[in-house]
Amino acid sequence: MMSLAAETQAAAALPRQPEAAASQAPVLVSVENLHIQFPPWNAPIRVVEDVSYQVRAGETMGIVGESGSGKTLSSLAILNLLPPPARIAGGRILFEGEDIAAKSQREMQKLRGRRLTMIFQNPGYSLNPLLTVGAQLAEILKVHEKLPRAAALQRVEELFRLVGITDPGPRLSQYPHEMSGGMKQRVCIARALLCNPALVLADEPTTALDVTIQAQILDLLEELKQRLGMSMIFVTHDMGVVARIADRITVMYAGQVCETGDKHAVFARPSHPYTQALLASTPRIDKRYAVDAEGRRERLPTVGLAATPGQPLGGGCRFAGRCPEAAPDCTRLVPQAAAIEPGRVVHCLKRGSAGVPGHG
Amino acid sequence: MAETAIAPVPEPRQRTSRKPLLSVDGLVKSYPLNRRGLFRQKVTGEIRAVNDISFSLDEGETLSIVGESGCGKTTAARSILHLVPPSSGTIRLGDTDVCATFSRDRRPEVLALRRQMQYVFQDPYLSLNPRWSVRQILSEPLRVHGLVPPAQWDGAVEALLERVGLPAEHADRYPHEFSGGQRQRIGIARALAVEPRLLICDEPVSSLDVSVRAQILNLLAELQEELKLSYLYISHDLSSVRFLSNRIAVMYLGNLVEIGEVDEIFARPGHHYTAALISAIPVPDPARQKPRDAISGEIPSVVKRPSGCVFHTRCPAALPICSRQVPPLAAPDGAHAFACHNPR
Repeated sequence: MMSLAAETQAAAALPRQPEAAASQAPVLVSVENLHIQFPPWNAPIRVVEDVSYQVRAGETMGIVGESGSGKTLSSLAILNLLPPPARIAGGRILFEGEDIAAKSQREMQKLRGRRLTMIFQNPGYSLNPLLTVGAQLAEILKVHEKLPRAAALQRVEELFRLVGITDPGPRLSQYPHEMSGGMKQRVCIARALLCNPALVLADEPTTALDVTIQAQILDLLEELKQRLGMSMIFVTHDMGVVARIADRITVMYAGQVCETGDKHAVFARPSHPYTQALLASTPRIDKRYAVDAEGRRERLPTVGLAATPGQPLGGGCRFAGRCPEAAPDCTRLVPQAAAIEPGRVVHCLKRGSAGVPGHG
Repeated sequence: MAETAIAPVPEPRQRTSRKPLLSVDGLVKSYPLNRRGLFRQKVTGEIRAVNDISFSLDEGETLSIVGESGCGKTTAARSILHLVPPSSGTIRLGDTDVCATFSRDRRPEVLALRRQMQYVFQDPYLSLNPRWSVRQILSEPLRVHGLVPPAQWDGAVEALLERVGLPAEHADRYPHEFSGGQRQRIGIARALAVEPRLLICDEPVSSLDVSVRAQILNLLAELQEELKLSYLYISHDLSSVRFLSNRIAVMYLGNLVEIGEVDEIFARPGHHYTAALISAIPVPDPARQKPRDAISGEIPSVVKRPSGCVFHTRCPAALPICSRQVPPLAAPDGAHAFACHNPR
């Protein structure tokens, strides 16, 4: 156990691997043309439309979007955990080469919590308030690895130490309400790592936390990724967080993918009009905003975001109603993926995408 | 109160000698901690939500109060409006003594004071009555304050809507028919109905989507310029603070730890907590990721406030003196004040 903690510190001190290394790794998860629908089934609401992306082994994919962009639903689909009326209406999700959507719940139960795990937004809601944290984490090891109780608790304690929980032994017998938000999120991270997962899905894991605690959790996730080499899908609405934690980024808007690519490329050369508008309008902590002699303040550029979204789903490009570059075809044709650079894909008729008629 | 000996804050250099619109001096808000017995309850201690803070706000200026949850920023803002009565301290708005006016409780005086300062709430879903139309919501302050004869309410409501960028035709809609950003516009319009001089904005954009945030921030900037409003902007989001503020006050565990001009504080934070807070914010640019001044540990409980400097338990530069003596809020260069024994 001591060595585990020591190794973690050593791993943190190691120089960063170059970004390019991850792009050679094998593909772990491949989401292909995923459609997710809600009832009424005679005129379904297409909340996720034709979403495709891949996550390679050891890579962190950041999925960015606002509320309603489908970022959470498309990642829940990977765990086969869509909330009841929602259905996968097309496409497939390959995890280690096997189609998740075709698996039975029994087969999924063997994967979930073991190979595929999740860290939720609100750690307060995702822990059982009636069980000590030690007991509820040990149960996972009992189910998946058939470990006896003592060995399971010992492993949980090791994991607590790994995720930076001070005094891990006594913590095992604490209930969630006895812990702070940041500490509970560390417990949730430990829970996600218990069985050496291949993929961790993190859905806004720092949104409910204070900024200094958020910074600690982001540091921890980065360090664990280096140390354990798992892949991560990190869902967030915060461009700053994604710039820190992700290797590659998928930007989503109203259920469609806008663009996908290496984070450095997406931030340096945003291609889709929505990504451009979003980056331009985000206030920045590292920018000095000018105020003139009469006290007039510089404005945030909101081109492309001025109107509120009101476009019915299912037409063409769903951003067309707010897009400063929209052409008549944009509301009719759904833009397909167009490669603009190696490893970068954009969905926009104005950036060379082919268009297919929408369902609307 | 021996613990809270705080040196007077000298006025910053850049500011003119104008009289401040709002001045807060020695504001304290404490809540008693009770142990409930069978027949009586015993006061066993107190929680100091706001611990002796002083600042002032000029006409047309934005002062932001920043800090993490539980630092007392919202309680401080609510004390100024007497939504929670302060325990001690003086608050002046122009020439009026706010605390004295509220404790005299004479309706015309209280209304005259409330008219000058209004509040924009954090959550536009909770702060608008769902059973009232926008017209009712916006004419309520006109009715209460009697500023406009009832025959002109409709015109006033439409003017307000247009002022905040909503079509006048939407006056008869209900809050559920609007998006979060539009609701926040209605909340701002309601605050503007009585033509206040001071708006207290409590995290007005933190519950909004990123693409809507910029529009509301621009609206606030525009309204400030056109109506010469002063803002007390409460937020934990330092990026929007950087955009909207002239000055910043940083709070930690009820104490004011640093106050100064916005660009000065971002460039040269004096207090270690301010530096940690700034470096904790992820920059939306992977090419400009800076090394962080990480602080470990978590915010201590307000019930058991650390002795001396409240930040010493997490401070990377704590000295032995820090746990014994409260550092005074001092301004070495006359403008930018911070409370630290071992400044950066």
